[in-house]
Amino acid sequence: MEPFTSHTGVGVPLRRSNVDTDQIIPAVYLKRVSRTGFADGLFAAWRSEPEFVLNLEPYRAGSVLVAGPDFGTGSSREHAVWALADYGFRVVVSSRFADIFRGNAGKQGLLAAQCEQSDVEQLWKVLENEPGTEVTVDLREKTVRAKDFTAGFSIDDYTRWRLLEGLDDIALTLRRAADIDEFEKGRPSWLPSTQPAGTR
Amino acid sequence: MGRTLAEKVWDAHVVRRGSGDEPDLLYIDLHLVHEVTSPQAFDGLRLAGRGVRRPDLTLATEDHNVPTVGIDLPIADPVSRTQVETLRRNCAEFGVRLHPMGDAEQGIVHVVGPQLGLTQPGTTVVCGDSHTSTHGAFGALAFGIGTSEVEHVLATQTLPLRPFRTMAITVDGELRPGVTAKDVVLAVIARIGTGGGQGHVLEYRGSAIRALSMEARMTICNMSIEAGARAGMIAPDETTFAYLKGRPHAPSGAEWDAAVEYWRTLHTDGDATFDREVRLDANTLAPFVTWGTNPGQGLPLSERVPDPEAIADEVERVAAEKALAYMGLRPGTPLREVIVDTVFLGSCTNGRIEDLRAAAEVLRGRKVAEGVRMLVVPGSMRVRAQAEAEGLHEVFLAAGAEWRAAGCSMCLGMNPDQLGPGERSASTSNRNFEGRQGKGGRTHLVSPLVAAATAVRGALSDPTDLD
Repeated sequence: MEPFTSHTGVGVPLRRSNVDTDQIIPAVYLKRVSRTGFADGLFAAWRSEPEFVLNLEPYRAGSVLVAGPDFGTGSSREHAVWALADYGFRVVVSSRFADIFRGNAGKQGLLAAQCEQSDVEQLWKVLENEPGTEVTVDLREKTVRAKDFTAGFSIDDYTRWRLLEGLDDIALTLRRAADIDEFEKGRPSWLPSTQPAGTR
Repeated sequence: MGRTLAEKVWDAHVVRRGSGDEPDLLYIDLHLVHEVTSPQAFDGLRLAGRGVRRPDLTLATEDHNVPTVGIDLPIADPVSRTQVETLRRNCAEFGVRLHPMGDAEQGIVHVVGPQLGLTQPGTTVVCGDSHTSTHGAFGALAFGIGTSEVEHVLATQTLPLRPFRTMAITVDGELRPGVTAKDVVLAVIARIGTGGGQGHVLEYRGSAIRALSMEARMTICNMSIEAGARAGMIAPDETTFAYLKGRPHAPSGAEWDAAVEYWRTLHTDGDATFDREVRLDANTLAPFVTWGTNPGQGLPLSERVPDPEAIADEVERVAAEKALAYMGLRPGTPLREVIVDTVFLGSCTNGRIEDLRAAAEVLRGRKVAEGVRMLVVPGSMRVRAQAEAEGLHEVFLAAGAEWRAAGCSMCLGMNPDQLGPGERSASTSNRNFEGRQGKGGRTHLVSPLVAAATAVRGALSDPTDLD
């Protein structure tokens, strides 16, 4: 994973709440077996509407998405994160993220920056008044800046550290292999096995 | 200080307690896998030269993509076929047990796990699917994960996680006839909202919950995710033990006794505290339907489509306006006058044998209305076989419904079972998101009883409308 320290890019105001992962990428786009190539499916239904924000210049080239509350609800599909990243987004700003989406984003180096809803609304105004305004999101300082707008955002310290360092979760866990071996020794014998019944 | 059920299960699975900002490392007892969220995870293992640590705690099934007709033929959609074939190759390569299309145990992953007796009280269960919360009905801590976490569990059988907060949802009283588990959970979501459960494990408690069958409990826990929760749980009791006893992977003999002794300790202590508590009176609940495009936008069937102008909160009002525009509904319309063209009975929410029985009872001797298409899709091939043994398929077919093979089907329309643009369904599934059942499709979430009555009348109805 690429380390994430700070990112500056065009901000995209998405004035919608409850942007569920079926909106981010509909199920029919989930059939690929790779992690790439999902950009076409991003907001597929909305992108067929000419006035949708990503169909307008200069938002089209955006990399910081600013959305309403409850972003990423619904399905656990990590394809939602892959689609956003594949399109070019590095940051999503919202006042509330669904848990699974937030977790998936953290694994893929997409920053889910949680701001107050009042800050999101101010940021929307800045981005709508001057389309193409660049937003700078600094993970070291935990700030979002655009023109003379500045706000703090929150993110849990562990995810922040992993993003700053670009660390792979599995490698970190495998350092604990001895603990896992030890835990397994203590598991009760009646716990289920998926091997055909009677062969365990 | 006492502990909640969720805390007890958590504590019993901590491999290593995190210090400071570091999360706990939690052991996973059962990892369920399907074709959509696993290919990139297996690919990751290959790239890193890693194997599956515990294939004996891993089970795969094909469900999201599979067609529900012509299942003896190759899948017509080449992209779906590739995804299913990729799962088969990965399972063979990594030694994971797979129930493929056509197998007697194939079905929706959340129907298959419990019916095999693999889902047990006090275990941790994960799957790359948000409706993994279903398994919490057994007192398991069960939650959906993304593909990176699927890879993590395959490689290590653990997940680094920060403890969840806890919320008690207490439903006391007695459900009136015709009011089901689906109505309870839709009422819960309407109450706390789609973000209300965020970061929490919901524990459903109270006399109305205790009185429910295991299948009804699964329906409730299944939709915990629609309230934004990480998981839903119900403490195991005699109903749970009776359901499990004799299932293929349930313990037997002395091991059964040891297991039951432990399972009896799995309840929230009297002096434990929840981070939040919500109460519902079962006696006041009624059949519930959704009118909007998220599962929190629901009302009793006796109500009318709401007027966004009357909603004070701006975010909620805008959401309601957008939802009504998408749904093609006018404020003030009685919900009973909403005409549908499609009825879908199935999914991991309501695709079990009791759901099929309930719907068949309503349809017996009746006909699906002219111009209405009704799909009946059992949650698993075992459910299908059981229904056929009971003659339920004959009731559905005689009523004019379609009797299909098992899979996720029209719940998410990854296979050919989809709504067309502007088509409107009454669906026993779990999500009414825009386009969820097909681009431009409009979904009303309902119980199996409401689905069946709606099929007969052609408009949203409950069985009392048919008398």
